[in-house]
Amino acid sequence: MHYHFDWAVVTGGKYYEWLVSGVYVTVKLSLVSIALSFLLGLVIAVMRMSRFGPVRWFAHGYLEFFRNTPLLVQMFFWYFGSYKILPQSVNDWLVKGDFEFAAAVIALTIYTSAFIAEDIRSGVRSIPKEQMEAARSSGFSYIRSMRYIILPQAVRLTIPPLINQFLNLMKNSSLAMTIGVAELMYQARQVESYTFKGFEAFSAATLVYLAMSFVITGLMTLYDRMVLQPIKGR
Amino acid sequence: MIRFEGVHKWFGPLHVLNNINLRVKPGEVVVVCGPSGSGKSTLIRTINDLEPINEGKLVVAGMDLSDRKTDINKLRAEIGFVFQQFNLYPHLTVLKNITLAPIKIRKLDRKTAEEQAMALLERVGLAEKRNAHPSQLSGGQQQRVAIARGLAMKPKIMLFDEPTSALDPEMIGEVLQVMKDLAVSGMTMMVVTHEMGFAREVSHRVVFMDHGTVLEEAEPEEFFKNPQHDRAQQFLKQILSPMH
Repeated sequence: MHYHFDWAVVTGGKYYEWLVSGVYVTVKLSLVSIALSFLLGLVIAVMRMSRFGPVRWFAHGYLEFFRNTPLLVQMFFWYFGSYKILPQSVNDWLVKGDFEFAAAVIALTIYTSAFIAEDIRSGVRSIPKEQMEAARSSGFSYIRSMRYIILPQAVRLTIPPLINQFLNLMKNSSLAMTIGVAELMYQARQVESYTFKGFEAFSAATLVYLAMSFVITGLMTLYDRMVLQPIKGR
Repeated sequence: MIRFEGVHKWFGPLHVLNNINLRVKPGEVVVVCGPSGSGKSTLIRTINDLEPINEGKLVVAGMDLSDRKTDINKLRAEIGFVFQQFNLYPHLTVLKNITLAPIKIRKLDRKTAEEQAMALLERVGLAEKRNAHPSQLSGGQQQRVAIARGLAMKPKIMLFDEPTSALDPEMIGEVLQVMKDLAVSGMTMMVVTHEMGFAREVSHRVVFMDHGTVLEEAEPEEFFKNPQHDRAQQFLKQILSPMH
C-alpha cells in the first residue's frame, strides 16, 4: 500500500472550509425539508382519511406516485423538468434565487411526506375511536378534532417511525449534489477532485453524516421520553 | 328539551330503535334502563347525533336533528356527554381536558376558562388534581373529571351512557354523588344506568327498554313497586336480586 494519508487536508485550511460550508448546506437542507415534509405529511394523512372520495383518492394517488418513484428521478424532474412548463417571469425569479436548493427541498419534502403520511395514518388508526367521539361530542368538527385531539396523540405514537423518515431524509439530501447543491457530499467530492485525497474527504463526510444521525435520534428519543411518559399506561 | 317522535334506527337488518316516542322536559332527570342489547345506549347516542336516526323526528334544545340544515357541531356544544369509558384526552392534563373546548369553541380566554374549570374541579372534589394526567387518576376520578369537562361548556342537557359500569364498586358512590348534586341543581339529564338506587332516589322518570322499544315509562316509585310489563318485572327481579 503506497497511499499516503494526509488528514490535514480535512482538518484545516481551504478544504476544511469547503467541507464546513457543505455541512452548513446539508443541515439547512435537512432541517427545512424535515419541517416541511412533516407538515405536508400531516395534511396528506388527513386527506387520505377524509370522508370525501375525491380528496381521499387524490391523497392515495399522491402517496402511491411519490413513494414508488426514485427520489433521484423526482429531483431531476423538479430541477430540469419543472421550469420548462413554467412562465418566463417565474423562471427569471427562480434563477435569481437559489433554484438548486429550492428544487432539492421540493423533491425531498414531497418524497418524504408520502412516507410520513402513511406513518401518521397508522398512528391515527391506533387511537381508540372513542377519542374522536369524545371530541365530536364537545362540538369540535372533524378537522378540529383531528387537530386538537387525535393528531397530537397519533404523532407521539408515530415518533419511532418518524425518526427513520428523518434519518432517511437527511441521508437522502446527499442526492442533491447531482443537481448542483453545494452540500456536504458535493464538497467532499470537490475536495477529492482537487487533492486526490478521497479516503480522507469521504471519511470526513461519513463521520459528519453519522454524527448528524445520532443527533436526530438523540433529540427525538429525548422528546419521546419527555412527552410520551404521561400518556403511557392508559 | 328532547323530543322523539316515531324514531327508528337500523344497524343493517337489526332494528335497534323501533318507533321511539319520548319527551324530556327542562330540568327533568330521566333514567333509561333495560337488558343489554335493548338499544338504550343507541337511544342516548342519537340525542347528540353520535348515531344518526334513520326515520322519524328528533328535536333537541330546539334544534331538529332530522333537518339536514341543522348545525350538528353547534348542537353538540349544548350537550354534555359522559361515556362509560370516560374518554378523557390522555395527552392533556386534567385542567386542559376541561378548558380545551371552552377555549376553542366558546372562544373564552384562557384565564376565564381556567377559573371556571377550577370551580368545576372544586365541585367534583378534584381541585388538587388539576395538573395530573388522566392515566394518573383512578376510574372514579377520571369520570368526575369527564363530568366537569362536560359541564365546562355550560350545556343545556347532560347525557350519561352507563357512567358507572366501568368502575370498581368502591368508586361508584363518588360518581353518583356528583350526578345527584347536578340533578338537584336543576340540570336536564338523561342517564343510561343499572344503578337502580340512583333511579329511585334521583330520577323523575324511568324508561324501560327492550329490543329497541320503550316498553314502560313511569315515575320511579310506580316503576319499582308495580312494573306493568312482565319483561320489566323480570328485569327488576334479576337486577335487584341477581342470585335468584
